[in-house]
Amino acid sequence: MRVTVRLFARLRDIAGAAELSRDLAAGATIGDVWRQLATEFPDFAGYERSISSAVNADYARMDRVVADGDEVAFLPPVSGG
Amino acid sequence: MAAALAGAAGADGGADGAVVTFIGLVRNHNVGRRVRYLEYEAYEPLALKAFTRIAGEIHERWPSARMGLHHRIGRLEIGEASIAIVVRSPHRADAYAACRYAIERVKQIAPIWKREFFDGGDVWIEGATANPDDARARAEAERVACA
Repeated sequence: MRVTVRLFARLRDIAGAAELSRDLAAGATIGDVWRQLATEFPDFAGYERSISSAVNADYARMDRVVADGDEVAFLPPVSGG
Repeated sequence: MAAALAGAAGADGGADGAVVTFIGLVRNHNVGRRVRYLEYEAYEPLALKAFTRIAGEIHERWPSARMGLHHRIGRLEIGEASIAIVVRSPHRADAYAACRYAIERVKQIAPIWKREFFDGGDVWIEGATANPDDARARAEAERVACA
């Protein structure tokens, strides 16, 4: 299955892209997506404990199983206002 | 970028006695740096849901208050407004508290980021790990709002 990954702020800068596509095994979780990206982009490691994640524009936990076609977003600590 | 309303918008039939506004401005200094300008980015669909969630929390805590909220994105110059929050309610205490609560919650859970361009470089500002279900963060926002 295939998911779209959305990246923001410094994560986007590190990856050099705001959006990526990734193939995953059935049953993969958001955490699996994150770990795959962290091997591609070592600088993601520093965000291991501070990121939030979302699926299809709703906050979701890292153990959430993703489905084909989902949009998975990784959000570094926020700074609005 | 976005707006949210708690409760019915528009005419109040004369029941409201207070309107409190908060306008956040781009400051020319931050932790000793001379700031030149800011760039904001957002995950817009989720930011809108976060605003709606904040409006719902305000409705639970201050049922008579109504809130409107707008956050800008993109490049903002020194002195420009980045966020506007307006709350009206029958009494001023609720309007002040709900307005303060709204900005605290925006800073906690809205997926919005500011990149600061200062003399000598630029940096993404990273504040809170966004978790809307974190009851302690919500309680802290309420504590600050009602202090």
